[in-house]
Amino acid sequence: MTQGLWPALLGRFDWQALPFVRAWETPTVSEIIGAGAASIVIVGAIGLMALLTYLHAWRYLWKEWLTSLDHKRIGIMYVVLAFVMLSRALVEAVLMRMQQASAIDAPGFVEPDHFAQLFSTHGSIMIFFMAMPFLTGVINYVTPLQIGARDVAFPLLNSISLWLTGGAAGLMMVSLVIGRFSTGGWSGYPPYTELAFSPDVGPDYWIWAVTLGSVASTLTGLNFATTIYKMRCPGMTLMRMPLFVWTALCTSILMIFAMPPLTVATALLALDRYLGAHFFTNDLGGNMMMYANLFWLFGHPEVYILILPAFGVYSEVVSTFSSKELYGYTSLVLATMAIAVLSFTVWVHHFFTMGQNANLNAVFGIATMTIGVPTGVKIYDWIWTMFRGEVRFTVPMLYSLAFMMTFVLGGFTGILLAFPPLDYLVHNTLFLVAHFHNMLIPGTLYGMLAAYHYWFPKAFGFRLNERWGRISFGCWVVGFYTAFMPLYVLGASGAARRTQAFYEPAFRPWLYVAGVGALILLGALASLFVQLWISIRDRDANRVFAGDPWDGRGLEWSVSAPPPEFNYAVLPQVAARDPFFDGKRAGDPYAAPATYEDIEVPRNSMTGPVIGIVGAALAFALVWHIWWLAILCALGIVAAVIARSFARDVHRTVTAAEVARIDRHWRAAVAEAKPIPRHIETTSANRGLAEVPA
Amino acid sequence: MTALALLPLGGCAALKLGVVNHAGPVAAGQWHLYLIVGAVLVFVAGPVLLLVPIVAWHYRLANKDSAFSPKWNFSWSLEGLIWIPPTGIVIGLGILLWHYTHRLDPYRPIASAQAPLEVQAVALDWKWLFLYPDQHIATVNELDIPVGRPVHIRLTSGTVMQSLLIPQLAGQIYAMAGMTSQLNLEASRAGVFRGENAQFNGQGFQAEKFDVIARTPAAFATWVGRVQASNHPLDAAATATIFRRSVLPHPVAFSAAPDDLFRRVLARSQESRR
Repeated sequence: MTQGLWPALLGRFDWQALPFVRAWETPTVSEIIGAGAASIVIVGAIGLMALLTYLHAWRYLWKEWLTSLDHKRIGIMYVVLAFVMLSRALVEAVLMRMQQASAIDAPGFVEPDHFAQLFSTHGSIMIFFMAMPFLTGVINYVTPLQIGARDVAFPLLNSISLWLTGGAAGLMMVSLVIGRFSTGGWSGYPPYTELAFSPDVGPDYWIWAVTLGSVASTLTGLNFATTIYKMRCPGMTLMRMPLFVWTALCTSILMIFAMPPLTVATALLALDRYLGAHFFTNDLGGNMMMYANLFWLFGHPEVYILILPAFGVYSEVVSTFSSKELYGYTSLVLATMAIAVLSFTVWVHHFFTMGQNANLNAVFGIATMTIGVPTGVKIYDWIWTMFRGEVRFTVPMLYSLAFMMTFVLGGFTGILLAFPPLDYLVHNTLFLVAHFHNMLIPGTLYGMLAAYHYWFPKAFGFRLNERWGRISFGCWVVGFYTAFMPLYVLGASGAARRTQAFYEPAFRPWLYVAGVGALILLGALASLFVQLWISIRDRDANRVFAGDPWDGRGLEWSVSAPPPEFNYAVLPQVAARDPFFDGKRAGDPYAAPATYEDIEVPRNSMTGPVIGIVGAALAFALVWHIWWLAILCALGIVAAVIARSFARDVHRTVTAAEVARIDRHWRAAVAEAKPIPRHIETTSANRGLAEVPA
Repeated sequence: MTALALLPLGGCAALKLGVVNHAGPVAAGQWHLYLIVGAVLVFVAGPVLLLVPIVAWHYRLANKDSAFSPKWNFSWSLEGLIWIPPTGIVIGLGILLWHYTHRLDPYRPIASAQAPLEVQAVALDWKWLFLYPDQHIATVNELDIPVGRPVHIRLTSGTVMQSLLIPQLAGQIYAMAGMTSQLNLEASRAGVFRGENAQFNGQGFQAEKFDVIARTPAAFATWVGRVQASNHPLDAAATATIFRRSVLPHPVAFSAAPDDLFRRVLARSQESRR
């Protein structure tokens, strides 16, 4: 079998790997869904290419975006990637809910193997290719602006991170079209994912996608920790940084220390699968418990990587839309740091049921509950921030309020789960699924959506449509409750997670309600896209070029919307927290500088795209055992790095005259804009200049 | 609409399959703990659920009667209020957690006048094999136990990691190849309870359920006698069939099981460990 030209060229590939072939041979609904998904990927890719060709946009895209080292553009590209992956993974979630609702004492329409791929891709994508890119994109966009920097510490590394993430996400998409994905869930526990039980390409897809993603996140963490430590503008002391920057810093530190265990875990699993090692196998001394420890040594800090930036966003949003200083800044910083440190001390609670002794379980259970204290403190700090403020119920603020109300329920069930004896009963059931969705949807997703609505005007120069924003918000909230509250009941009744079919008629009503909830959530995503469409259509009526639509507090609002490539014509000087907000009240924050200087910005580089695309090709080659391609790609990456090291001319100078021209153009627009009071900030009167109450 | 109307009924029916309808001392203890912790947490979550809407609405922009102090950002008494009571609650819950984690440790033998019934559970794809070493019998996908007598289960896996869960009797514990874990439980009333594997293990996962049948001691003895007399031994051929990956249509009982089967399954991985 291993003789011949085809295996040498194409490795393990055969025609059965194509879902169209499988659907042709066995035209079941399940296979047709698979073929349909593959068609969407192919048609989507071809359609996009055709559109770009038709618009003659290839050159523009390559020169202005794909090779850009500008942190703002990289941030936007991350968020675009997150939305694309969110769409796919949410559709998968809906499919799973529909299957479970239709499979009570019946086979349903999705085969068990297909269903297992659905929950594996759903989890992997939502964590690694939706939540991570989303928060990384927001951090990318906002952090340098908030600390008064022109760019991040390592612009090229930033581009490489983006492209490695993009390449890994691309690999997830390719797995729809060629071959199958892993059925081992997002955590990929061996020995199930070992060769003995999963000999096909699935776990290899998972291993390499996650490995690329984890390397990208490690680099992002290094990049932003350095940026925040080293690139702050004069006067921006640590305790004057906006809370979002603090959470970005903690998240970066967590990324630096939490991602390597994951990379090691997936690398060891790869050694098992590729070189016949026995780290986690059943035989020859392997032990999967080591994997569980390594994986959750990453996995628990990971959930705080996901939630901390959202906490930062809520801090900014609540303070801005209450027109009030953040209550308890110091205690918020302390709570953030406490959560970051404690997140490394609780990983065992993911496997209380593995048979450790009671002392160990109890210690980790208590450590888990301890995290509830700083988290609770944060919620109260936000409540006291609204206290004696002037609260405006804009879309980001609505998300923040919904988060506070809903996150508390997730915390409630989290404390229940922190008790080992209670965890024994609901571990691996839908109760657990409901709990972590209860943390991640109102926490991370609402936070990121609040960030999207809040900073979108800054990034693109026009506001998002308020009405559709509210419709979408309503769907996200109602959909969340309808989709996940029933799962608590099902889990408490002993319904296992990752189940393709049920045999208990008693579960029927709850599964139906959860299915309806999933459809509402799909409607929520659809309304987001409708909102984007309408906002782009009506952009001229909602421009906020002056750059301060919300009477903002931090430095990012003191520049035009969108900001110039160099962020600041003259680097700001800071003397307090909320410098821009206080500056507006103390005098003229828009006073023009006396002189302008040349500014150096990083030149575009194709190194990032090359490394990302070749890295994805390397991963693909490894999945399919196409060794010649793997060797070629590995050499290609090394060659790209070497070639880049010879590049000396990596900066471009924006001359003082050009800076002056851009800056004066903006200041003229500010001078012309009409300052508006807060109660009409969501109308077209808002041109990005805030009225300062006397 | 009908589904919504049936929700209260359906809800109760579903919860009856779980710990709410506990049937043994372990699950009863766990349910008791749920109620205690839940009651405490109402006082933790309650204030937030009340304060968020009240504060946000009262201090809305349109309300001209509410105070506005944009520079107010700290108060020691409030700070004490949000740090100290939660810390106290966590300390209290921590003591409770420590106590209950030891009391409900799955490895802890259940205090009883009777010696526990020994059962060996082997997780297979996609079924559970239960061996009764003292009775020399075995069952697949059915666990029969006497009411009122502790049961001590030793678990291992002949395949990937799995997790044994019987919501009405006890929490779950993983079964892993080459290792033994233990689970102690007891049924306090006769009945049929659902058991399952809760850790995904492939194609037949959703069908890997079994009934736990709790009988009176006399009825249990009768059942054992009946199985032993059935002349259906777990010989090499039957073992091979059981160990093959498959979903069995219905439970099976074997009149005679080799005494060293559990040890052999364990040794398959351990031999190679040395």
